[in-house]
Amino acid sequence: MLLIRCPYCEEERPEIEFRHAGEAHVARPSDIASISDEEFEAFFFIRANTRGTVYERWRHVNGCARFFNAVRDSVSDRFIMTYKAGDPKPKKLPGV
Amino acid sequence: MKKYSVFAIAREAMRGHRGWEQQWTSPEPKAEYDVVIVGAGGHGLGTAYYLAKEHGITNVAVLEKGWLGGGNTGRNTTIIRSNYLYDESAGIYDHALKLWDGLSQDLNYNVMYSARGVMMLAHNVHDVQSLKRHVHANRLNGIDNEWLTPEQAKDYCPPLNISRDARYPVVGASLQRRGGTARHDAVAWGYARGASARGVHIIQNCEVTGIRRGPNGAVTGVETSRGFIGAKKIGVVAAGNTSVVMSMAGVRMPLESYPLQALVSEPVKPVVPCVVMSNTVHAYISQSDKGELVIGAGTDQYTSYSQAGGLHILEHTLDAICEMFPVFTRMKMLRSWGGIVDVTPDRSPILAKTPVGGLYVNCGWGTGGFKATPGSAHVFAHTIARDEPHPINAPFTLDRFRTGRLIDEAAAAAVAH
Repeated sequence: MLLIRCPYCEEERPEIEFRHAGEAHVARPSDIASISDEEFEAFFFIRANTRGTVYERWRHVNGCARFFNAVRDSVSDRFIMTYKAGDPKPKKLPGV
Repeated sequence: MKKYSVFAIAREAMRGHRGWEQQWTSPEPKAEYDVVIVGAGGHGLGTAYYLAKEHGITNVAVLEKGWLGGGNTGRNTTIIRSNYLYDESAGIYDHALKLWDGLSQDLNYNVMYSARGVMMLAHNVHDVQSLKRHVHANRLNGIDNEWLTPEQAKDYCPPLNISRDARYPVVGASLQRRGGTARHDAVAWGYARGASARGVHIIQNCEVTGIRRGPNGAVTGVETSRGFIGAKKIGVVAAGNTSVVMSMAGVRMPLESYPLQALVSEPVKPVVPCVVMSNTVHAYISQSDKGELVIGAGTDQYTSYSQAGGLHILEHTLDAICEMFPVFTRMKMLRSWGGIVDVTPDRSPILAKTPVGGLYVNCGWGTGGFKATPGSAHVFAHTIARDEPHPINAPFTLDRFRTGRLIDEAAAAAVAH
């Protein structure tokens, strides 16, 4: 089981308190009705599915219930950092 | 290739078993092939086999970064069934089921296909409605599936607990009698032997690190850990690593890779005569010929390439097994493991041409690819050889996520995803 640090509760908590919520920083188009089928496919269905450093959303559903972002190595499953929703994608990662 | 038979066993017994030959060869890679298959699992080796056998294309290499059959082919719970809801799914999974029946004779290799029946349990009104809908849809598609009362279910599988006092009582079940299990390793080995005998090169410990494309955009070959290998056509059959391989050709995929775990118990005498699955309590179980109970869990919730998952997933599954089969509460588990499954948004596979010339992809089998191995390989070989899909896999395109023609087994699946 993963140990995940919630940036709002500022605590490491077990994975069963959290819900994985998919790839982070996928921006929803502001006018979804006007985009083409290709743009909708890229937004809705296509995923990076990176082998290595992934940026993803989690929700502390059985805790503060808030969404936040995490950076994790998808080969070792080690968390590199977590940060609050709305914060920009980190340019430099700690220890990398 | 020397044919396996009772006479071969007798002959070798007479001379001390010194005449058995290697089942497949391990040649040095050539400079160029007509077709390169990336991934030597059941689907990839089967594709090479049918390319050679049905289409006469023998200048083929199957590249494998690890060892043959060491990915999800060797990690699944070996369940075979075709009781899917939609016509497209019924078409491809039943095509596979028909090939399973006779595969051992076709390959001259015992894949131990055992049609012992797949039983799916209903625990509530929703389950009953959903499973009966599947029974009716399957029968309209000519696929056997029947409805059982709890008593009939217990007759078919005696250790099942049908007490009304259970936390999730069994209120009925569906049964596909042609469903069952097969020996997963033998499927990979049998296809490898058959392909190798027809001239296919199987190259293990050869990781693909890049896909080279020509001035017109079409593929020209693959960069590997053993140097460049030219290819007129490339078929990517890389399961959980499909996104990684396809990105080498600049193609972004509608896939996410998740860990899926399974475990086996200590071996015991025959006790579970069929496959039993339950979506509601979320577990499935069968018994191998060695006597181990083979138990499958659900996926972990996060994407990963680690080939390992959380212990709480296994605990949840064993809770469910003990609920259905109180007789197993003191059974010891021997080992558990994980594989990485590539999941599409609609939970149906992709077997298709791609926007890149000469590049084909067979992926997205998610948590249930083993059962489809022969059918998938058969129609994918057709797709590569003719440069157009077989009618059976024509709906399983890559561009259906743009056109919207999804095959939405995600909402209606007969299986726990």
